[in-house]
Amino acid sequence: MTTTPITFDPRALRAPHPVPGAPDNWRRFFTFNTDAKVIGIQYIALSLLFLLVGGLLAMIMRGELITPPADLVDPSVYNGLYTMHGTVMLFLFLFPILNGFNNLLIPPMIGAPDMAFPRLNALAFWMFPVFGVVLMASFLVPGGPASSGWWAYPPLSTQNPLGLLINGQFLWILAVAISGVSSILGAVNFCTTIIRMRAPGMGWFRMPIFCWTALAAQTIQLAGLPVLTAGAVMLLFDLSFGTSFFQPEGGGDPMLYQHFFWFYSHPAVYVMVLPVFGFFSEIFPVYSRKPLFGYHVVAIASFGIVFLSLIVWVHHMFTSGTPQWMRHVFMVTTMLIAVPTGIKVFAWLATLWRGKLWLTTAMLFAMGGVFNFIFAGITGIMLATVPVDVHVGNTYFVVGHFHTVIFSTITFGVYAAIYHWFAKFTGRMLYEGLGKVHFVLTFVGAQLNFLPMHWAGLMGMPRRVASYDPEFALANVLASLGAFLLGVAMIPFLLNLVSSWVRGARAPANPWQAIGLEWLLPSPPPAENFEHDVPTVISGPYGYGLGHPLVADQERYEARLKEG
Amino acid sequence: MSASGSTASGSGPSPAPGSGSPGRGGPGIDRGAVLLVTLGVGLALLASRWLMAQVPRWLPPQASTAAPLVDDLFALEVGIGCFLLLGCTAVIAWTLLFDRADKYDRDDGEPIEGNLKLEITWTVIPLVVVLLIAAQAIRVNGQLASLGGKVRVAGAAEALRLVGVAGLAVSGGAPDAQADVGRAPVVAPSTLMPGQGASGEAISRSSNRRASTTTTITSTNPVVTDRAAELGPVVVIARQWSWEFVYPDGVRSAELHLPVNRPVRFRLVSLDVLHAMSIPAFRLRQDVVPGSVIDYRLTPSREGRYRLRDSLFSGAYFASNQTDVVVESAEAFERWLQAARRSPLAPSPNAAADLWSQRQERGNRGWATVPPAPPPLVNVPLDPNAAHEG
Repeated sequence: MTTTPITFDPRALRAPHPVPGAPDNWRRFFTFNTDAKVIGIQYIALSLLFLLVGGLLAMIMRGELITPPADLVDPSVYNGLYTMHGTVMLFLFLFPILNGFNNLLIPPMIGAPDMAFPRLNALAFWMFPVFGVVLMASFLVPGGPASSGWWAYPPLSTQNPLGLLINGQFLWILAVAISGVSSILGAVNFCTTIIRMRAPGMGWFRMPIFCWTALAAQTIQLAGLPVLTAGAVMLLFDLSFGTSFFQPEGGGDPMLYQHFFWFYSHPAVYVMVLPVFGFFSEIFPVYSRKPLFGYHVVAIASFGIVFLSLIVWVHHMFTSGTPQWMRHVFMVTTMLIAVPTGIKVFAWLATLWRGKLWLTTAMLFAMGGVFNFIFAGITGIMLATVPVDVHVGNTYFVVGHFHTVIFSTITFGVYAAIYHWFAKFTGRMLYEGLGKVHFVLTFVGAQLNFLPMHWAGLMGMPRRVASYDPEFALANVLASLGAFLLGVAMIPFLLNLVSSWVRGARAPANPWQAIGLEWLLPSPPPAENFEHDVPTVISGPYGYGLGHPLVADQERYEARLKEG
Repeated sequence: MSASGSTASGSGPSPAPGSGSPGRGGPGIDRGAVLLVTLGVGLALLASRWLMAQVPRWLPPQASTAAPLVDDLFALEVGIGCFLLLGCTAVIAWTLLFDRADKYDRDDGEPIEGNLKLEITWTVIPLVVVLLIAAQAIRVNGQLASLGGKVRVAGAAEALRLVGVAGLAVSGGAPDAQADVGRAPVVAPSTLMPGQGASGEAISRSSNRRASTTTTITSTNPVVTDRAAELGPVVVIARQWSWEFVYPDGVRSAELHLPVNRPVRFRLVSLDVLHAMSIPAFRLRQDVVPGSVIDYRLTPSREGRYRLRDSLFSGAYFASNQTDVVVESAEAFERWLQAARRSPLAPSPNAAADLWSQRQERGNRGWATVPPAPPPLVNVPLDPNAAHEG
C-alpha cells in the first residue's frame, strides 16, 4: 500500500465498480447494480464461495471413500453429499462463474458500453443468490437435501420417503428451475449484445474467439434449457402433485425424463467448455507472442460443436434399453465431436509452436488444461464406443473422465482466465509466485485425484457408491490424497486473490502487452468502457508480430492510457 | 495425429521435433527434421504397442464371450489414444523446452497465421480415425447381440405377470399394483421351453396356476435337457436393495448360477426404481427399468465366482446392492439346480436390511430414505463371505 495519494483515470473514478482506494468499494456489490463489470465480479465472487462449499462436500466424500466400508457418514448422508457436490459445482460454481466472465469480457472485447439489457442482466444475477439459498436451505429441511444424484432420475427422485411437501428434492428441483430461468435471461442478453453491439469495423471475423465461443455456448442455452426446465417442472409435479409423467403405473415412462434431462445436460458440458476454449484461444496468442493459428476455422468450429452437441444426448442412455440402431447413430454423432474439438486443440498447439513463450501462471494453467483435455478427449471417445461404454459406463471411469473435463480442463481454464484478466478488472496485479504454487499443487492434485479413478472404473467400481469392495482400495486412497491436495491448493489461491486485491501492485492498462480492445482501456475500465469514443476496428484479433494496428488511431488510445 | 501430418511441412532452420510442425513450408525438406520425426513416430508406435499389451492387467478376468471383443476394441482405442497423446505431448514439451522467451525478451514470435494444408490434414485424419473406430464398434455390437427386445408394462405387478413370477410383494407401486399380489399366475414349467416365452402375454394367458410365497418347486424333471441350447429365460428381479434370480423351473436364488459356455437369456424386471445389472467380468451391463421388461443375452465362458453389482444409483443402500455370479460346469450347474429345488424358501442374507436395522438401533439417524424391501425368499441364499475374482 502506498501512502501517497493515488491518481486515477478520471473516468475510472466515476465507475460504479471497485477502484482501489476509492470510497465505498464494497457497498456497490450488494445492490441491484446494472453495470456489467459489477455484475461480473458479483458472479465470480459468489461462485468462488460456492466452489469452497462444493470442495468441502467433495473432501468429506473422499474422506468416506478412503476406506472400503461406509464408516465416516451414513450411506444416506453420503448420497446427499454427492448429489449436492455435483449440483453446487455445476449450478452454483461453473455456470455462474462463466456468466461472470461473460459479463466482464464481452462488452469491453467488442467495444460495447454495457450489456444490451442491463436491468435484465442484474435480474439474472440476483436470481443466483436466490437459488443458491434455496439449495443450501435444503440441508436444513427434515430428511436432508436431495439425494438422488444430480440427474434426479425418477422414480427414485419422486419417492419422497417422509411424505412432506417441502423436502430436499422439492427445493432441489425449484433451485434448478430458477437457475434455468436465470441462465435463459443471461443467454438472451449475451447473444443480443454480441450480435448487435460490436464496435464499428468489428465484423464477425474480426471478433475475438472468446466472443465466438460465448455466442456458441449461449445458443446452446437458448436451444436446450427450455427442455430441461420443462422436464424439471414435470418432475416437480410428479413429486408433489401426484401427476405421472414419469411413473409407469400411471402410464408414464421414466425414460422420457432421461431424454429431457440429457437433451440439455449433455450440451451443458459444452456450455461450460466452449467459453474455456475461448479462454485458451485468447491466452495462447498473448503468451506465445503469435497470432492464433487458423483463426477462421477455430471460430467456425465452435458452431460445429453447437450443432453436434444437440444430437448426441442418447450416449448417456446406451444401456437404458435403447435400440441398437439408435445406439449406433448416437455413437457416430458423439465421435464426430472429436473433429471440431480436434481442430481447436491442434490450432492451439500450432499457436505455441515457434512462439516466444512467457510461462506466466495463466499460461501454465492454459497449457495444463489443454494437456488434460486431450486426455479427456481420448477417454471420451472410449466412452462413446458402445461396447466399451457397456462395460465402463456408470463406473468410476466416467467419474474420472468428466472430472478431467470439468475440473482439469474447465476449472483450469477458469483459473487461467482469473490470472489473465484479474489485473484488468480489479486494477491490481496478482502475485505470480503464489500463482505458480497454486498451479503446481492443482496440477499434481488433479492427476492424483482423477487418474486412479479410471483404473477403479475399468476394474468395475460403480460410481456413486458409499462403500466398495476391498480390491478398489488402492485407487481410492490415491484419489482421496489427490482430493486433499486440491483442497490445500486453494490456500495459496485465496491468499493471492485477497491480498492482491487489498495490497497488490497497481496494474498498468496492458500488463501482458496483449492485443485486444479490453487492453486499450484503463485497469479497471471506466463504467461505460469507451463511452462515446468507441474505436474503429481495422484488423482481426491476435496480430502479434504482424505489425499492423488493431484500431484506427491506436496511438491516440494508447497515449491516453499513459496520461491516466 | 499431428505427428504424422508434420512430416511434409516440418522444415526450417531448426530440426523439427518428433511431432507436428506447422512451420513455414520451405522448399527443401530438412533431413534432420525428417529423421527426428521418423524416430519420434517410431518411439510413439512402440510405446502405444506396449500400452496395448498392458490392457488386460487393468481389467477383470474375461469370463464371457463378450469380454475378448470388448477388450480388443478397448485396447485398439488405448493404442490410438496413446499415440495421439504422445504426439500432442511432444509438441507441448518441445515448446516448453525450446520456445521459451528469454527473461527480458519481449519480442513477438513468428507471425504464422495458419496453413490450409495442415488444417485440412488435422480435420480429415481425426474424422477417418473416429469413423473407423465407430465401424469397428458397430461390427462388435453385432457380434455381441446382447440386447433383446423390450416390452412396456404399467408397473411392477404387470411386469411380474408378464414374466410369469408370482408371490412377490410389490413395494412402492400404485395401490392397484399391490392388490394384484398373490393373484399373479405362476408359469407352468412346461410352458417355458427354450425359444418360447418371448411373448410374455402368451405365457401369462396360458398359465392358470395360482401360487403363494410358500410354494415349493413341484417340478422334478429338468426343464432344459439340451446343454447346448439357450438357458432361460432367467428372470432377474431388482429391488431396493436386493437381487433375485428366478430360473425357468421356478428355482429362486439370490446368487446367479450359470453353466459355462451356454448362452443364457435374461428378462430384467425392477419392482421399484431404476437399477442396472452390471457384471464387470462379463463386460456387460444393462439397466433394469421400471415400466419395461428388457431381454438380455450373454454366454459365460470361464468358471469362477464374479461380482454382480447394481451400477445405476438406486438410493440409500445402493452400494450394498451386489451379489455374485457363479459360473460352473454343466454338471455342477445341474447338481446345483437339483439341490436348489429340494431346498425350502428362506430369506437370503441382505446387506441393506442389516444396515437398516443398525440404523434403527442408532435411533434412525441419517437423511431420509425408504426402508429396504424385505430380503427375498429364495431356495438358494447369498453367501456374503465367498471370495470373488472380479
